[in-house]
Amino acid sequence: MDSPFGLLAELTYRCPLACAYCSNPLNLADYSDELATGEWRRVLAEASDLGVLQCHLSGGEPLLRRDLVEIVAAAHDLGLYTNLVTSAIGLSRRRAEQLRTAGLDHVQVSIQADDPAGSDRIAGIPSFQRKVEAMGVVKKLGWPLTMNVVLHRYNIDRVADVLGLAEEVGADRVELANTQYYGWAWRNRDALLPSRAQLDAAEVVVRAARERLRDRMDVIYVLPDYYSRYPKPCMGGWASRQLTVTPNGDVLPCPAAQSLPLPRASVREDSLERIWAESPVMTAFRGTDWMP
Amino acid sequence: MDSTQIPPAVGVAGSDRPRLARHVRLSFCRTRKRPILQLPETVVVLNGSGADILERCDGRHTVAEIVASLGARYETIPDEEVRQFLTRLVARRCVELVHG
Repeated sequence: MDSPFGLLAELTYRCPLACAYCSNPLNLADYSDELATGEWRRVLAEASDLGVLQCHLSGGEPLLRRDLVEIVAAAHDLGLYTNLVTSAIGLSRRRAEQLRTAGLDHVQVSIQADDPAGSDRIAGIPSFQRKVEAMGVVKKLGWPLTMNVVLHRYNIDRVADVLGLAEEVGADRVELANTQYYGWAWRNRDALLPSRAQLDAAEVVVRAARERLRDRMDVIYVLPDYYSRYPKPCMGGWASRQLTVTPNGDVLPCPAAQSLPLPRASVREDSLERIWAESPVMTAFRGTDWMP
Repeated sequence: MDSTQIPPAVGVAGSDRPRLARHVRLSFCRTRKRPILQLPETVVVLNGSGADILERCDGRHTVAEIVASLGARYETIPDEEVRQFLTRLVARRCVELVHG
């Protein structure tokens, strides 16, 4: 059995945005009993003991947690590389400075499109301008910045403009992440899935941009499984390299695994070490023995 | 995650001064008892000589100087291997070169 490298800490599923491709569970109300600060501290310490080296603080919108600075500090003190995955709504200059002081290593900001009206329409609230301002703050404070854009039928034709915006805001990495069709995105797939021709056109733009920007920016382009020759191995192998802890303390090999009919494992009932090693949700598809 | 990374156009020269990229941290994993590089989306597990090379990548010392300083510690650290190692890390944007 391998030791995990990364922990996806889903601090809350609350979020000011309402994107149609959200991969969070459909039954959001079941996750409102969120782990307290002390419980997260314990989870982080147990994760570190297990071999975790990276902590992605995500959600929902992690900035909605009032104790985010404390959680970042706890992860930093354990030597974890901390990555905030945020919509940037709520990332004021003051909050950003507190997070910087607490030791946050990296910030990933999502935008929904490169143009204000398009981005705000997909996000469901006026947010584009605040995101651009927040990315400016991230750069001013000297953080490495990743700009993330989830691609689908309504914005994939503008991928050149998206890359232009990433250059403008000075992103170090840009993630062009085609929608993965789980959760809400699966329900909304008829509205979101781009055509093969749209994907091919985007790929030409991405290849050229990679060549042009290679000294300045990492350009990551993730294909949807729909159009890959083979589906990707989940998370680099089921319960092999990564684990997820949901807002209420459930432990999963990946966020989408919550939809599978496997018994729950919770940090409220057991140690992370035992869950990783023995719980059915981790062992069900680990390795290849489960294959027919 | 991304299988189509472009390799760098040129290799690493002896006069280049390598340094770790700003978003990269050289550290030690207690669980695996191995030196590591921590990045936003990945972890690179190193061997001892890899860590020895990277500890010397401070943007001030040249590759030639790093090779010489490692020579004092190891019987043989071929110049070519150090440069190939750094070339790979430059391609992954873990290491940046200040051209000498």
